[in-house]
Amino acid sequence: MPNARPTAAAFYDVDGTLVRTNIVHAFAYYAFNQPTPWRSLKKAARTLISVPLFWALDQYSRKTFNDFFYRYYEGQSEDRLRFLAEEMFEEVLKPAIFKGAYDLIRESRRAGLRTVLVSGALDFTLESLAQHLGVDDLLANRMEFKDGIATGKLIPPELAGPNKAAVLRDYCQRHGLEMARSYAFSDSYSDVPMLASVGRPTAVNPDLRLKTVARSYDWPIVELR
Amino acid sequence: MKALPKYKAQESVVYIDTDSAPRILFYGEDFLLEDLPVGTRVIYPRKPLMPLANPRAAIRYALTHPEGAEPLHAQLRPGLKVTIAVDDISLPLPPMQRPDARQLVLEAVLEMLADYGVDDYEIVIAVALHRHMTAAEVRRMVGDKIFDAHWPDRLYNHDAEAEGGIVELGRTAHGEPVRINRRCAESDLLIYVNINLVPMDGGHKSVAVGLTDWEGLRPHHNPTAIKKSWSYMDPKNSELNHSATRQGRIVDEHVNVFHIETALNNRMFSGPLDFLMKNEDDFTEADRIKFQTIKWALSKTPRVARREIFMRVPAAYEMIAVHAGATEPVHKKILDACFKQYAVPVRGQCDILISGIPYISPYNVNSKALNPLLVQVMADGYFFNMYRGKPLLREGGVLIVAHPCTDSFDPVHHPSYIEFFNRCLSETRNAEQLRDKYEEEFARNPSYIEMYRRGNAYHGAHPFYMWYWGENGRQHMGKVIVVGADNAHVPEILGWERADTLAEAISMARQHMGRSAEITLLHHPPILIADME
Repeated sequence: MPNARPTAAAFYDVDGTLVRTNIVHAFAYYAFNQPTPWRSLKKAARTLISVPLFWALDQYSRKTFNDFFYRYYEGQSEDRLRFLAEEMFEEVLKPAIFKGAYDLIRESRRAGLRTVLVSGALDFTLESLAQHLGVDDLLANRMEFKDGIATGKLIPPELAGPNKAAVLRDYCQRHGLEMARSYAFSDSYSDVPMLASVGRPTAVNPDLRLKTVARSYDWPIVELR
Repeated sequence: MKALPKYKAQESVVYIDTDSAPRILFYGEDFLLEDLPVGTRVIYPRKPLMPLANPRAAIRYALTHPEGAEPLHAQLRPGLKVTIAVDDISLPLPPMQRPDARQLVLEAVLEMLADYGVDDYEIVIAVALHRHMTAAEVRRMVGDKIFDAHWPDRLYNHDAEAEGGIVELGRTAHGEPVRINRRCAESDLLIYVNINLVPMDGGHKSVAVGLTDWEGLRPHHNPTAIKKSWSYMDPKNSELNHSATRQGRIVDEHVNVFHIETALNNRMFSGPLDFLMKNEDDFTEADRIKFQTIKWALSKTPRVARREIFMRVPAAYEMIAVHAGATEPVHKKILDACFKQYAVPVRGQCDILISGIPYISPYNVNSKALNPLLVQVMADGYFFNMYRGKPLLREGGVLIVAHPCTDSFDPVHHPSYIEFFNRCLSETRNAEQLRDKYEEEFARNPSYIEMYRRGNAYHGAHPFYMWYWGENGRQHMGKVIVVGADNAHVPEILGWERADTLAEAISMARQHMGRSAEITLLHHPPILIADME
């Protein structure tokens, strides 16, 4: 079975599911690593002040949060963002990977599943992580760049909330995978649409709201922390 | 003339007559009190055997006077790599009062290791694909002192899914893979500490089954082996035992295993519940009052609370035998002690067998429910198989069980059971089809594997074993009728018929077996094994 062509996939949310960080950590890393100390200070201060707002927006809607949050990237150069992404992986993401994440991915591979990271974070911030974990694919948000400068807008389709389910369905169709036999792993209530779209949803390190849903539907609950 | 004192020996087999008292049946977390038809045979367990006067001394004697092996101290030297494996929480049932027999054995062994300068040792709980024990459960089992000194670095649960954690020692002549825990396989000495609650425990099964993985279990945890086991409580006639023995002999060729096996008596109930150890005809007025009081209190208590109360009442088991040394001579002696306690001579099969199903099984200690699949394994599996020789129930006979069959599962302990019961079992009850179509999918399910490894869940393959366990019973019996099920769909999925009362169930069974059908009530727990003449 493991050597045959996969007929189902395992989709993993990243932040809070496989790693203990989230997209704000990534952004904070960029904010603290601006080209000049003055810009770093300004950006960092602005980010810190906005944290309560980020939290409130995330509670309301992940999509609204994304729309607002990614504006903070406006004006940054693509080269710099990509260059810093590799450093950020080594310094921020890699130490934050849950030990169990490696096992979960290894077990998925052994079960003959195609392994795919699905995240609302920006693709360039996760490419090193995807490579490190050895997954087959990465589905993440893409920043729009004009003349090598970030516009602060995402290229559709945006990966957040219900959209994740649509993106998964599209992915499965393109790769000949069965949704009913596929797995999805997430820590967040905002990913319930994604979890509900596959035949084998699993709540990983769930927040209280997701835990309640998981209990109601008898979804497995896994703690990787 | 002075009258001789009246003496009545406990009879294990009695017949109901017109002035017999009603009989108590377990009914999940409650009891039923039922009048049985005149002529019904009731089989009671034997009285608890006298315990060892000084278990600690008996353990030390066993270690220094082993069967077929050098004394333990003679095998020890500084620098020796030792692993001690112990049975898990599935034994005994219910968990015994502290100190647990394993604690007593471990204390003696660890003291000896220290005396001989052995400090490279670890203690592995042989859970196989059972759920990992929690820290609190392990503490209760091994005692505070051992727990505080060793958990979690040198005292831990076996992990059948750890990368590189299993070693294949070889294959039997039948091609069965022999796979065990790497630390155990690579130790200079493996000491196995066992509790033998029933005759299917212990012996070669301890290492070959308790310390293996899914691949290692496949040769015998399957419908084919179960169908050839008549019964699995009778090792000589159990294919399950034959297969584990073949594997165990390969283990013994590669690993120096020193077994320490213990047998307990059947003092399952004591104190306010001691009346459950008696024949109802011998109840005193105090016994009747105690029973009625408990029954009344249970009727006013929600099921969840009843369950908590029952789970907190430990058994007053006492050690009746301990032997140490090589696998087979040790196990033979322990089996003799086991059968001495459990085997009740019975003459003649019955057409209708009645049994209450209690709140506990080997697989739901401290769980939120005895889920429907476990109710099934208690009926079709364990209780049907409580015989030696030939089945107590005639081929084509009717088994009547009493249990509410509530559709309730513990999502932490039994997540894969939920899917198995609702998805697979509602599709087919054919064990071979279930194995071929679904077992590997469940066994490889990464969510279930992680819940087994990092949580306290039974492995994804485990619900299949629970269904296979009932396979010889299902093949043999004509039908199963459950009394008092609180829903229709659980019995339907299990393939059972329903009756509201025991009288109705007996009437239904008689329609199937005839008016003159022989009826037998298996009055347990405590455990008994019908030794068929």
